[in-house]
Amino acid sequence: MANHHHALQHHFEDLEQQFESASLGMWAFLITEILFFGGLFAGYLVYRSLYPEAFAVGSYKLDVLLGGVNTVVLICSSLTMALAVYWAHKGERTKIVVFLFLTIVLGAAFLGIKAVEYTHKFHAGLAPGNAFSYDGPFADQVRIFYSFYFSMTGMHALHMVIGIGLLTYLIIRARQGAYTAEYSTPVEMIGLYWHFVDIVWIYLFPLLYLIGRS
Amino acid sequence: MSTSVFKPGERQLSDPGSGPTENYLNAGFSAKSWLLTVDHKRIAILYLISLTFFFLIGGLFALLIRLELLTPAGDLMQSETYNKMFTMHGIIMVFFFLIPAVPAVFGNFLIPLMIGAKDLAFPRLNLLSWYLYIGGGLLAILAIAFGGVDTGWTFYTPYSSTYSNSNVILAALGAFIAGFSSILTGLNFIVTIHKMRAPGMTWFRLPLMVWGHYATSIIQILGTPVVAITIVLVALERLFSIGIFNPKLGGDPILFQHLFWFYSHPAVYIMILPSMGVMSEVITCFSRKKIFGYDFIAFSSLAIAVLGFLVWGHHMYTSGQSIYTSMVFSILTFLVAIPSAIKVFNWTATLYKGSVSYSAPMLYAIGFLGLFTIGGLTGVFLATLAVDVHVHDTYFVVAHFHYIMVGGAIMGYMAALHFWWPKMTGRLYPEGWARFSALVIFVGFHLTFFPQFIVGYMGMPRRYHVYPEEFQILNVFSTAGATILGIGYLIPLVYFLWSLKYGPRSSANPWNAKGLEWEQAGSPPETFNFRDTPVVMEGAYEYEPKIWLK
Repeated sequence: MANHHHALQHHFEDLEQQFESASLGMWAFLITEILFFGGLFAGYLVYRSLYPEAFAVGSYKLDVLLGGVNTVVLICSSLTMALAVYWAHKGERTKIVVFLFLTIVLGAAFLGIKAVEYTHKFHAGLAPGNAFSYDGPFADQVRIFYSFYFSMTGMHALHMVIGIGLLTYLIIRARQGAYTAEYSTPVEMIGLYWHFVDIVWIYLFPLLYLIGRS
Repeated sequence: MSTSVFKPGERQLSDPGSGPTENYLNAGFSAKSWLLTVDHKRIAILYLISLTFFFLIGGLFALLIRLELLTPAGDLMQSETYNKMFTMHGIIMVFFFLIPAVPAVFGNFLIPLMIGAKDLAFPRLNLLSWYLYIGGGLLAILAIAFGGVDTGWTFYTPYSSTYSNSNVILAALGAFIAGFSSILTGLNFIVTIHKMRAPGMTWFRLPLMVWGHYATSIIQILGTPVVAITIVLVALERLFSIGIFNPKLGGDPILFQHLFWFYSHPAVYIMILPSMGVMSEVITCFSRKKIFGYDFIAFSSLAIAVLGFLVWGHHMYTSGQSIYTSMVFSILTFLVAIPSAIKVFNWTATLYKGSVSYSAPMLYAIGFLGLFTIGGLTGVFLATLAVDVHVHDTYFVVAHFHYIMVGGAIMGYMAALHFWWPKMTGRLYPEGWARFSALVIFVGFHLTFFPQFIVGYMGMPRRYHVYPEEFQILNVFSTAGATILGIGYLIPLVYFLWSLKYGPRSSANPWNAKGLEWEQAGSPPETFNFRDTPVVMEGAYEYEPKIWLK
């Protein structure tokens, strides 16, 4: 009970126990996230095996260049996030803030490019719902492909938005000097979340954009 | 949280027999001290009150259903109204009572006490869980207020996604939000059990209640997210007709059933496993005996949790899945009987040569033993492919799952409520009334649901409000039983409320039970549970040495 750090909550014995609890909790949460996205991935796989041609047609209409750029942008954001965690361990306030800010910028860039792609698809009549006006071969099943495209990337984008909100909170707290060499748990936990969201995209990109392109 | 500060050095050591004068209940009386509390015990009480409310609403729908079924003709309501009745009964009871019931009240209250911790690992997350539960519940109530839902609690597509004109999105959103409450509670329990155990509290010294909740939590965090995304897809289908479940576009409505039951079958084990944990505590205490086969009971909880994820297809024997798939699901479903039977045999063996006393919690526990066995064995009938094709969607199925959910889960809930009531409130309830109501519930339950096995086997389908005249006599029995059952649940409501003011004060350990919550904490416990962190020296159920020494 010697360690009375200001960040130590009343019900923990020491900071180590508090960190281990947060860490286990975050990993458990990420497992729930895997299963949450897992439902979508399972559905995607079922329909892709049922309608391979339609999925190839649908996929071919996606913009690989923009998707590819976004993949690079997101991987870079994971790097800046990892650097933010690294400097948080050292307790370097300015560097934490800088790298968190860069992560937000890259995340926002991803969302911006995604918005451009979405707009193109809406104008092309590929958004599911009453506006869907694609009239080529396998029209109904292409619509299902685009339903998965919008549900999966939409759910991913929602996670990005939440992530940017969390990063903003971290910046505010970091500027107040909340994270030191002794205590930087929130930076590390939100970092885990950010990497997870990144990895989801690493799976989404080939599954959605790269079907039947050799 | 309360404003009073806990200072161990300044307070008087109160008589351990009467419990501390300063406790979690009198630590603050304002509404804020309750609504913004992060004390796991206060949150448990919040859950207890809100669960009771939803139980009464769900029960009201059950009453209306049984009233309609009193006669073969549809003379109380139209078919559409009846569809809404059984749907709302199912949604309220499953998502807003049975799934949260034991974990949210007793798991919340007891896990930190049982493992020697000051609180759950994430107290604020715990409070958030309660608010999510209330938020989801309010949406469900709104769905009722706006005219109800008629899809059945299972929300089967394409009816729910394309054709139903009722408030599907509102009710489904309610279940979705309540689902996150369930996920966060499970996550909190897992971390707490891993990281917050007191010195000496090894995994195999944990009370089996904690093991039961650990297994439950695994299901909660692995299963619930899948139903969450499934509900999102149904909502998207209704809003934007995305086609995933719409056969017109090449979508597959059966996919919904797969995703839904991937969660909703394990959800049955979310309901029963915590009650099984309660059983292990109550039976040992009132047999004055060490539990028989501790390891087997602990691991059978985990086995049920794991196997539970591999059996969802037994809900779909007649839905058009391949016969070979059904055979595999049938075999896997039989396997669940093994860990379930291990538990029942071990509890029975614990009774053997014990000095059994029949206090109210024990009556409920013994009731559980019989009712769960009937529910479990009829589950084996239903797992059998050929039998299931005959009784699928009949009252046989309805009777089976009520024996598990009401006869198992709610009997366990009632046992827990009586067993830990003195701990939670510091008051004793009237034992005579409690035994009487346990008996009323047992009789009322059998009279309600046993005839449904027979009428279902004779071919009466579920979810219809008119039926051939030859089924009437059994339905009259069932409705009469439901009335008795309803009274059986109202009696405890009255005497528990009475005991809050007039019940005699409880000592710290009125049952002379083992466990940190009884031996080291007051009744009611103080805000941070223990004056000093307890050190555990022995296993959970060392009842016998004490008896021989006396």
